[in-house]
Amino acid sequence: MAPGAWWEEPVHPLERAWVVIAAFIAVVFFSAMMLVWHALGQQNVRGRAYRVDPKAYQAEVERFVQQYRVGEEAGQPVVAPPPGSDVYMLAQRFRFYPILRLKAGERYVLHVASIDYLHGFSITQPHVWNLQLYPGYEWVLPFTPREPGTYHMACNDFCGVGHEMMLGKIVVER
Amino acid sequence: MAQPAEARTCPVTGFRVHRAAEDLVKANAVAAVVALLLGGLAAIVVLFTRWMGAFPPEAFYQYLALHAWNMLIFWILFFEIALLYFAGSILLNTRPASPAVGWLAFALMVLGALMVERAILTNPLNHLSFQPYPPLRGTPDFYLGTILFAVGALLGVGLFFATVHKAYREGTHTGPLPLVVFGAFVAAVLAVATLLVGALVFVPAFLWSAGVLPELNPFLWKLAYWGFGHPSQQINLAAMIAVWYLLAQLTVGGRTPSEKVSRAAFILYLVAINLGSAHHLQTEPTGALSVGWKWINTGYLMHLAVLGSMIHAFAVPGSVEVGQRLRGYRRGLFDWLVRGPWHNPAFSSLVLSVALFGFLGGTTGVIAGTEQLNMKWHNTTAIMGHFHGTVVAGTTLAFMGITWYVLPLIFRRRVVAERWARWQPWLFGIGVGLLVLAFMQLGVRYGLPRKQPDIFRFRGLPLAFEWPAEVYALLTVAGIGGLLALLGGGLFVALVVATVLFGKRLTDDELRRDYALPKAAANPGHGVKELPAVPGTFVLCLVFAAFFLLMYLGNYWNLSRAWPIGG
Repeated sequence: MAPGAWWEEPVHPLERAWVVIAAFIAVVFFSAMMLVWHALGQQNVRGRAYRVDPKAYQAEVERFVQQYRVGEEAGQPVVAPPPGSDVYMLAQRFRFYPILRLKAGERYVLHVASIDYLHGFSITQPHVWNLQLYPGYEWVLPFTPREPGTYHMACNDFCGVGHEMMLGKIVVER
Repeated sequence: MAQPAEARTCPVTGFRVHRAAEDLVKANAVAAVVALLLGGLAAIVVLFTRWMGAFPPEAFYQYLALHAWNMLIFWILFFEIALLYFAGSILLNTRPASPAVGWLAFALMVLGALMVERAILTNPLNHLSFQPYPPLRGTPDFYLGTILFAVGALLGVGLFFATVHKAYREGTHTGPLPLVVFGAFVAAVLAVATLLVGALVFVPAFLWSAGVLPELNPFLWKLAYWGFGHPSQQINLAAMIAVWYLLAQLTVGGRTPSEKVSRAAFILYLVAINLGSAHHLQTEPTGALSVGWKWINTGYLMHLAVLGSMIHAFAVPGSVEVGQRLRGYRRGLFDWLVRGPWHNPAFSSLVLSVALFGFLGGTTGVIAGTEQLNMKWHNTTAIMGHFHGTVVAGTTLAFMGITWYVLPLIFRRRVVAERWARWQPWLFGIGVGLLVLAFMQLGVRYGLPRKQPDIFRFRGLPLAFEWPAEVYALLTVAGIGGLLALLGGGLFVALVVATVLFGKRLTDDELRRDYALPKAAANPGHGVKELPAVPGTFVLCLVFAAFFLLMYLGNYWNLSRAWPIGG
């Protein structure tokens, strides 16, 4: 090959066609799809987040629990906030606190934060979606539990030995 | 005893092989295989815990860390450094600029790796996984080990650049870099960026662990960590693709249909690929990272790199098709593929590596990295599915493939039990393929968390729950796949070790006779005028594109059925 010759080489029409197809799929379609879903889709990782003092957040969650507490299960309070309200969850080694009882098809505003380590907020069985939690960040996201059922949660980011015990529960009623 | 010659001419390839380069390649390749063995042994605990809960959670976390560090960092980086010395010195017919620096790099890497292994093994309750996010804190020697290893690897990369420079200065190489060296060069540039960011995260972590810094910001640390964590895998990507082109050349005398297009694709990696790391931060709090930031990085910028990969997805099979057509396999669309040299394990490794990486590893990377789709993938076993499809079925299998040439041509030993070697890529490739498919289904459909050792009992806690029956069935598929992959990996290590220790030494005449490269045809030409067209590859790529779009849209459909969020 002569020096520099590779840049002047013509490209076979089939390969040119593939580059055009690939560019359309990757750069145009895939990138546009993310925006289209922001406009039309109902599931977006979109909300607000605040720096929050862990102790202050813990107190906020405790107020919420006392206000709407309806019972107890597995040593955890069960909390049934009214539809449309703000609901709170706290993640710490090794629990999701409290257990929530919600109404299907109603919109809630979820507040969730970790007060110690990084945790994974995962509604896993049945599978809904997953969010990343940081110590000291309060996530605020509206959401709508659509189908009734019992939803189990498990932490899905390693938070130390004992991580496997970090479970939670959301009950969605008709 | 006579001093061994300073350099020899390879009877098979005609390259000038300098002893200093050869020794460095050998040492790094041996260290790589040792790491592969350790990582594979650790995989036994990981596999049987996830499959059937065979080991306690503490052991799982510990061996998972060992598995990840050995496989993702030590095996791959030692092999890549060997590859850089091979590309910079042997392919350019020049002596390494400074063998002493090469040995210093090697010593630092070995020392660093041993410190990390020791830190993981001696701290059963205080060791860190591959994502060692503060405030989780490891012991100082853990961070120090990673720093030493990274400094060693940086020295090795520096030696590569110096050697390429020397080849031009002394005129042992003129004209543009050969495509394989060009790819290795891109990998080396990515490596410099990656390892510097590695220092940026691990030096403060070391100081924090040693009590010098009072605290680390967990958010900024994770953000910066992924400037190291994922780019370290992009080095693999570039190196793997360089190896693919090399394998196409060695196994069937292949050459790329267009030097221009292949090189442009490598340049796209250089420009855009490390920005793709932002896809690790798709489900981060949006007050901390804006939607716009996520979209710019993982939308347009990352997809430029995806375009680069899709171009290689044409050019690599295209290289094989060109080679085969030049060798006379011209009938129909796929005669070139069907009648490939399947008896050669390097060829099977190449084909399986390209196919599995493309269909499983690559597509899932794009999907998992898409802002909204990530909500279904984040930290589930589907992510393990993705990176076993890339690093294991792709990179590792490609590196295994090239090893079948390293053994006769560099170690000059005949591969023992060559018949077994023919089965090795299939055992390994099919095993990893099954594992990947099962993990993806388990993650996306059933939300099975990664790094979860006790999904069967949850320590008997009151909030423990049962999984649907399909989960157990899929875990069995993953388990059997993992077992096949372990057997394939074990067979690879066994054959390599046996060959290096006991393989029959090859003379120049034997090498010329038994390892002759395919007659690269009478046609020495390049480019569209002189090379045959590749219609078979074009059809395969259309099938791939259809599969890709189907998977992508299928994932959006799946997401659309989840609870509305963020509205």
